[in-house]
Amino acid sequence: MEITSLTVHETQAILRSKQVSPKELIETLGRRIELVDPSIHGYLSYDLDRAVSEAQNADVRLPLGGVPISIKDVINVKGHPCGCASKILQGYISPYDATVIAKLRAAGAIPFGRVNMDEFAMGSSTENSAFGPSRNPWDTTRAPGGSSGGSAAVVASDEAFAALGSDTGGSIRQPAALCGCVGLKPTYGRVSRFGLVAFASSLDQIGPITKDVMDAALLMNTIAGADPCDSTTLDEPVPDFTANLEKGVKGLKVGLPKEYFIEGLDPEVAKTVRAAVEHLKSLGAEVIEISLPHTEHALSTYYIIAPAEASANLARFDGVRYGFRAKEVTGLLDHYGRTREEGFGPEVKRRIVLGTYVLSSGYYDAYYLRAQKVRTLIRQDFATAFEQVDAIVCPTSPTPAFKLGERTSDPLSMYLADIFTLAANMAGICGISIPCGFLEEEGKQLPVGLQILGQELKESTVLQVAYAYEQSTDWHKMKPRPG
Amino acid sequence: MTFAVLATNDCEAGAPALFVTTITMSSTNFDVEYVAELARIKLTPVEIKTFQSQLGHVLEHVEKLNAVDVSQVEPMAHSFQIYNVFREDKPRKGLDREIALSNAPRQAQGLFIVTKVVE
Repeated sequence: MEITSLTVHETQAILRSKQVSPKELIETLGRRIELVDPSIHGYLSYDLDRAVSEAQNADVRLPLGGVPISIKDVINVKGHPCGCASKILQGYISPYDATVIAKLRAAGAIPFGRVNMDEFAMGSSTENSAFGPSRNPWDTTRAPGGSSGGSAAVVASDEAFAALGSDTGGSIRQPAALCGCVGLKPTYGRVSRFGLVAFASSLDQIGPITKDVMDAALLMNTIAGADPCDSTTLDEPVPDFTANLEKGVKGLKVGLPKEYFIEGLDPEVAKTVRAAVEHLKSLGAEVIEISLPHTEHALSTYYIIAPAEASANLARFDGVRYGFRAKEVTGLLDHYGRTREEGFGPEVKRRIVLGTYVLSSGYYDAYYLRAQKVRTLIRQDFATAFEQVDAIVCPTSPTPAFKLGERTSDPLSMYLADIFTLAANMAGICGISIPCGFLEEEGKQLPVGLQILGQELKESTVLQVAYAYEQSTDWHKMKPRPG
Repeated sequence: MTFAVLATNDCEAGAPALFVTTITMSSTNFDVEYVAELARIKLTPVEIKTFQSQLGHVLEHVEKLNAVDVSQVEPMAHSFQIYNVFREDKPRKGLDREIALSNAPRQAQGLFIVTKVVE
């Protein structure tokens, strides 16, 4: 078996027993990337020499000692490029470490490479990357999902042991589902956003994309916690996220929201998810049908709030302090207008324009304020549901991986890819996607994701349900054969 | 969910008349060219045409929110109620000037060079 196919916890074991050195591990990973990445395009860049030199000082006794973790191009790693897959940040080198990176380093991990994404995390397929899309390892004519599509693709194709992504409307869970990985979006405020390039600040969260549930728990143990540099982090105790994994689901109540089994949900995906729910039942979970009545409004609410916040956050890209600057400008307005015209891609421009409109004078109440009120209703739906159940299960994505190019001309059809994941961000709750089966299209096996949502700060419960399902099935052991 | 603009008409003699204009969600009032100017993004004529139609569809879609009764609902600003996060008022080290300037497209004498503002 190839070393690169191992999980983080398996890798730790062979590092600690000295079957392999951290340096050999990185070098093996480098060879795997060289072999596979030409057909996946998961990495925008990586610096093998730097990683090898960091590996030589790695202390394998630390929680993640000597394990390389691949990093989405939206998280600052000191001395590495951080481009958000955008031309406007071409050449930018991070002057500091994001808090999650400082925590990874303190745990002995080696932040590795820059993985591809939709520009500024806006998209569901990586097709909005200014440097070309990544490809789904299960079928390279299909998208890996997005926006953390590069993270999911490199983990699925064993070009990474694990990766960090970010999730604003499903950007960790949806690509994890489409690539057959595990992807966890923590509770809003559980993980520091300091050093994450801001997209929609009230929704963004960093989280792990991994090969199994144990790894997601291990990474959470490292990255979670309050941070004085991010005043939205929660000053709550951080549990050992691995502690509840073995407890099983016996006696747990699991809610099945009827609003998630609707028209537009691929019937084969529905069948696969229902079978997964039956499986949870056979493991001793009690399944209860629940209702989240405002589900249908999550998409509209999201496409007001996220672009509004993005239009404010992305105002900082002005070609003065960093990044791209247009040439031969005639004055300051021309400087701004052309820098942003030439630096941003079409989807980013669309969302800035949309966000600017909904916040423009006179429209604030009609759009943003109303959306924030509907958001309260969405949050109340979940609060009511969690009075009845410990976790909610539903599909992660309405369809399996779609073809590259299939949805790029119609933004609304692309937005629908996140229809089942958005609500968790709106409500600030946590959620995970785990593989729960495959379906066949054009002779290719395509993974299906099961989404498990949990109450605020109940990542441990979500991981417990996920682990019980995973350990009694073999889906997470299936490997694509890319290239 | 209407935004009321109260304006007095002082053009005519006598008591000022009250005009009430209501602003609601509107995909028809949406003018990409004007909004892009507010956002400081120049767009090509092709982009203006495409975005107008694409975002028009998105705005039509979000108008569904008009059907939701939010008259008794408070807006949600944060998933958790967090108030006044303070830290000790003690100076902390920031980025060194040289590092802060290291990514600047134009810099001189320890300063960012901005395109001329006053003509």
